Amino acid sequence: MPRMTMIEAIRSAMDVSMERDGDVVVFGEDVGYFGGVFRGTQGLQQKYGKTRCFDAPINESGIVGAAIGMAAYGLKPCVEIQFADYMYPAYDQLTQEAARLRYRSNGDFTCGITVRMPTGGGIFGGQTHSQSPEALFTHVCGLQVVVPSNPYDAKGLLIASIENPDPVIFLEPKRLYNGPFDGHHDRPVTSWAGHPLGEVPAEHYVVPLGKAVVRRPGSAVTVLAYGTMVHVAEATAQETGIDAEVIDLRTLMPLDLDTIVTSVKKTGRCMVVHEATLTSGFGAELAALVQEHCFYHLEAPVIRVAGWDTPYPHAQEWDYFPGPARVGRALRDMMEA
Amino acid sequence: MTDGQRLSLHVPEPEVRPGGKPDFSNVPIPKAGSVRRPDVDVDPKEIRDLAYSIIRVLDREGEAVGPWAGSLTSEELMEGLKHMMLLRVFDQRMLMAQRQGKTSFYMQHLGEEAVSCAFRKALLPGDMNFPTYRQAGLLIAGGYPMVEMMNQIYSNDADPLKGRQLPIMYSSKEFGFFTISGNLATQYVQAVGWAMASAIKNDTKIAAAWIGDGSTAESDFHSALVFASTYRAPVVLNVVNNQWAISTFQGVARGGSGTFAARGLGYGLPSLRVDGNDYLAVHAVAKWAAERARRNIGPTLVEYVTYRVGAHSTSDDPSAYRPKEESEAWPLGDPVIRLKNHLIRIGTWSEERHKQMEAEIRDTVVAAQKEAERHGTLHSGGRPSMRDMFEGVYAEMPPHLKRQRQQAGV
Repeated sequence: MPRMTMIEAIRSAMDVSMERDGDVVVFGEDVGYFGGVFRGTQGLQQKYGKTRCFDAPINESGIVGAAIGMAAYGLKPCVEIQFADYMYPAYDQLTQEAARLRYRSNGDFTCGITVRMPTGGGIFGGQTHSQSPEALFTHVCGLQVVVPSNPYDAKGLLIASIENPDPVIFLEPKRLYNGPFDGHHDRPVTSWAGHPLGEVPAEHYVVPLGKAVVRRPGSAVTVLAYGTMVHVAEATAQETGIDAEVIDLRTLMPLDLDTIVTSVKKTGRCMVVHEATLTSGFGAELAALVQEHCFYHLEAPVIRVAGWDTPYPHAQEWDYFPGPARVGRALRDMMEA
Repeated sequence: MTDGQRLSLHVPEPEVRPGGKPDFSNVPIPKAGSVRRPDVDVDPKEIRDLAYSIIRVLDREGEAVGPWAGSLTSEELMEGLKHMMLLRVFDQRMLMAQRQGKTSFYMQHLGEEAVSCAFRKALLPGDMNFPTYRQAGLLIAGGYPMVEMMNQIYSNDADPLKGRQLPIMYSSKEFGFFTISGNLATQYVQAVGWAMASAIKNDTKIAAAWIGDGSTAESDFHSALVFASTYRAPVVLNVVNNQWAISTFQGVARGGSGTFAARGLGYGLPSLRVDGNDYLAVHAVAKWAAERARRNIGPTLVEYVTYRVGAHSTSDDPSAYRPKEESEAWPLGDPVIRLKNHLIRIGTWSEERHKQMEAEIRDTVVAAQKEAERHGTLHSGGRPSMRDMFEGVYAEMPPHLKRQRQQAGV
């Protein structure tokens, strides 16, 4: 089976989708000739022509608004916002338009668009190239939110997103593009080459939306994670020797509650980790759901470990990032509770 | 039933890509001195043609010619040359520092030095710039200490922004430099708001908004033009057209409007285009536009026609999207060499003195760099504290953040 990095898997997902379906179009800032600043669309313009993969003006509300119009016509646009931090001008189009087209027209118009955005930190990108805005989307009824953690899932989930009849926000943890990252920033970078999930079929396949997966089975505590934090959680379990069950949510909306509840009822403890700031983050939703559904099985309060409630700093990146040291401390504290 | 014509989508492409021969023959360059200089209170309708021309002062021989010449003394021009040379050497040293791992990121100005350096000289103390990431000349020509800029770039323990901001995203109210944001165009309409406030308070200060060609596509650019036009805000609306927005050529943002200056016409704004590589022309036009703002006549849109010789940032390689030789083919030349030649032509400068000044400037910049590095660089030496990360989110730290800071152990 071919080996791919996560960015190659994402490119392959678009390639396969464009090949199969002439209605799939790809556009965004620098995505045409250049192939995207992270090279996610490299080669697609050459292969499918410049009316199916092209550069957009620097106007995010325009990119999403035009994609909505194309979807209303019947195309399946998969657009790129260069960094998730740049999506705010498009927020009106996403929340009040894309999310509600089906509802407000009673299905007369629908909005099968996919909006890809590199997200998260770990590359010294400072406050406007590091954000994790997933909770701003999970709070919007009508949007679906996907966060892959590895090449195999990234490709299958992106194809599923493009084929989905409703809008999908596809958040790509940029620190994972070229290799898994467990938060040990001072160690040599690793590549996807040696990772089992770096094996990616060249052809079409789907990882369904709304299905979580147990990445590491365990009995002591359930750790809910997505994106980069899946790798941090796995490494922390390994290093602390605490037998954590690590769940990779993969899709935040719709959420695979069954997998979560089954695990927490088994372990009796639950920790949520995410890179986004703590307050009103997606962890709050997860903690609420766990206490609603597993209250009588819990042996300790649900704990959240997240980015501090500050803008993402430049120099203090590794103080901000909830890495294995912080997650490990919280895990140990929790086991003593 | 009619036989409808089959439609096709127009997607603009630059004339040349890597492997092709650079060709700017389609860029009309008017002769220096050929564009008229209207009075500042001219009816914008009378000068619509200026949005499609290029105001130039320095001719091929280095002579300053035409009605826009003469806004600066030879001493002021000498100072301008020095500012541009400082900025260029500063860029070289900081680019090198990034390659050496002393900082995470850098953005240079190569080829565009005249725009921000000359514009700054048309402003007065108290005026406010709302810059992009490619106007460090506003700081250098404004006398801001270079070592402070380096401290910010190094995120060291003397960084005035406490390590919170990406390198080169400076901020200095005192020096008329609004805090830079990493997203695009947001500052443009803020500049208009600042100028409106100055007018509301019957102040005398004016604002200058800055944006690149690519970012004029953002909605905030158009919002700014509406507000500036409606309230006749005392603002100079600058568009630096350096031909490339990372890999995207300027035609993608410009569309069918002909020029970026022409965007102002629909809003009834006087709109000028100027040779951005001509220090004298940039200054003369900046002064004209600033005077309009200062005399409460209203806003002006100015497009600086220039060329980004270097990469967009340290994160891209331009040879992947444009011919390597393109910058040499650029018809408006190099701003430093053009001003140097002019000063030699008028007899106040020589090649020898230029070489001597180059050496002096190098020493100045290296000395500043040594001083900054004594405070540390991104990964070594003194660094901003973890406490700094928690401070400044609010004027007063709320209880939840105090708890988090405590949890972090600082």
